[in-house]
Amino acid sequence: MKALLLRDLKLAFRAGGGFGLGIAFFLIVVILVPFSVGPDSGLLTKIAPGVLWLGALLACLLSLDRILALDWEDGTLDLVATSPLPLEGVVSVKALAHWLTTGVPLVVAAPVFGVLLNLPPQGFVWLVTSLALGTPALSVIGTFGAALTVGIKRGGLLLSLLILPLYVPTLIFGAELARRGAEGQDITTPLLMLAGITFGVIALLPFASALVLRMNLR
Amino acid sequence: MGSIWEYANPVKFSQTVSRFLMPVAVLAAIATIVGLVWGFFFTPDDYRQGATVKIIYLHVPSALMAINIWFMMLVTSLIWLVRRHHVSALAAKAAAPVGVVMTLIALWTGAVWGQPMWGTWWAWDPRLTSFLILFLFYLGYIALWEAIDNPDTAADLTAVLCIVGSVFAMLSRYAVNFWNQGLHQGASIMRAGAVTGTDTEEKVSNVFFYPLMMCIIGFVLFFIALVLLRTRTEIHKRRTRALLARERMA
Repeated sequence: MKALLLRDLKLAFRAGGGFGLGIAFFLIVVILVPFSVGPDSGLLTKIAPGVLWLGALLACLLSLDRILALDWEDGTLDLVATSPLPLEGVVSVKALAHWLTTGVPLVVAAPVFGVLLNLPPQGFVWLVTSLALGTPALSVIGTFGAALTVGIKRGGLLLSLLILPLYVPTLIFGAELARRGAEGQDITTPLLMLAGITFGVIALLPFASALVLRMNLR
Repeated sequence: MGSIWEYANPVKFSQTVSRFLMPVAVLAAIATIVGLVWGFFFTPDDYRQGATVKIIYLHVPSALMAINIWFMMLVTSLIWLVRRHHVSALAAKAAAPVGVVMTLIALWTGAVWGQPMWGTWWAWDPRLTSFLILFLFYLGYIALWEAIDNPDTAADLTAVLCIVGSVFAMLSRYAVNFWNQGLHQGASIMRAGAVTGTDTEEKVSNVFFYPLMMCIIGFVLFFIALVLLRTRTEIHKRRTRALLARERMA
């Protein structure tokens, strides 16, 4: 499993692996927002947590179809599936690799982008917390979607259609946590709900992902 | 009358459908027409809402069906995954487009009613938002069916999507409730207190209740007739494809 993780990370970091693409996309979304709503700093402060969450979510979505599609095309996935590794473990590692290459950079970059959107000072801690807590859920749910659509040629758009509704609860609680943090309100409920979703999804969804992957590999 | 699983045999299912389709469809037509005519022309206007109240005869049944059709798809998907009865998977496939249309009718009639009553076509109310999300789930489900060539794989994957989607749909329902307080009224037709008479809150008056019930029965029967018909069509389509393949082989 460790070897698989290292392999995925290496592939992502090397040229053509798509590392950094997510952040670049995130940056562009954040830069485009003031152009579309105007440079009024009060308005930007108000919408900053939501925009940052939406940008992070879309950046995550962008790289989802790479999780399994490339391995599917060159047959690696068949080899991995016949290896003694349980498929549940494989999809968990895949999700972890996706989170390390996409989620973590987004979390690290988010405060910088927060400055661009005039996020109030007390909001940074909760923005980073909410993203750090929420992006693993995005990666795990995304891996389920990738496993679901892996056999479909040009399944990228379909993947988005399937995954975006599944992202709704995570987005609501994540953005709510960031918003309440920025406005200095009580953050307990969204914090606990977001943590609950993330850990619940990590615990349960790999079984569903492995199940659909097995159906696809049959 | 044997076990219900006998109807998992496609031939037996088709025969049974042929026998029951006409009566069910006729009953559905009668119930819907009677309910709608009764509701539209023989009930008084509401004292505050005027004639707009009559949209509930379309709105409530379609919204009810939109949720219950998804639930029916969940059950048939589970049956397919556990017992591998093709009819069950095909029934889920056949029900999905009906569900989409029901969701659209509910959203559309709601908007038409909301414009004069709430002063807006759309509000980000929890119920409205949940229905929009349900609509997206239906679209994704149908798109996945369409995208996969192998029918058995498609049935498997959509069944899992339906189950996972149900969990997330319920999560979304809760999350959306938390996210925004609503304009939409609560359940006012079926309430425990309303039956026992302890409920003092206002509920739908009997004058409106009976034609509404008629419409709901009509919609349910209409849905059953449609699903039976569409499932049989799917079975026939599959048989045709198998026959053509066999001919090519020969």
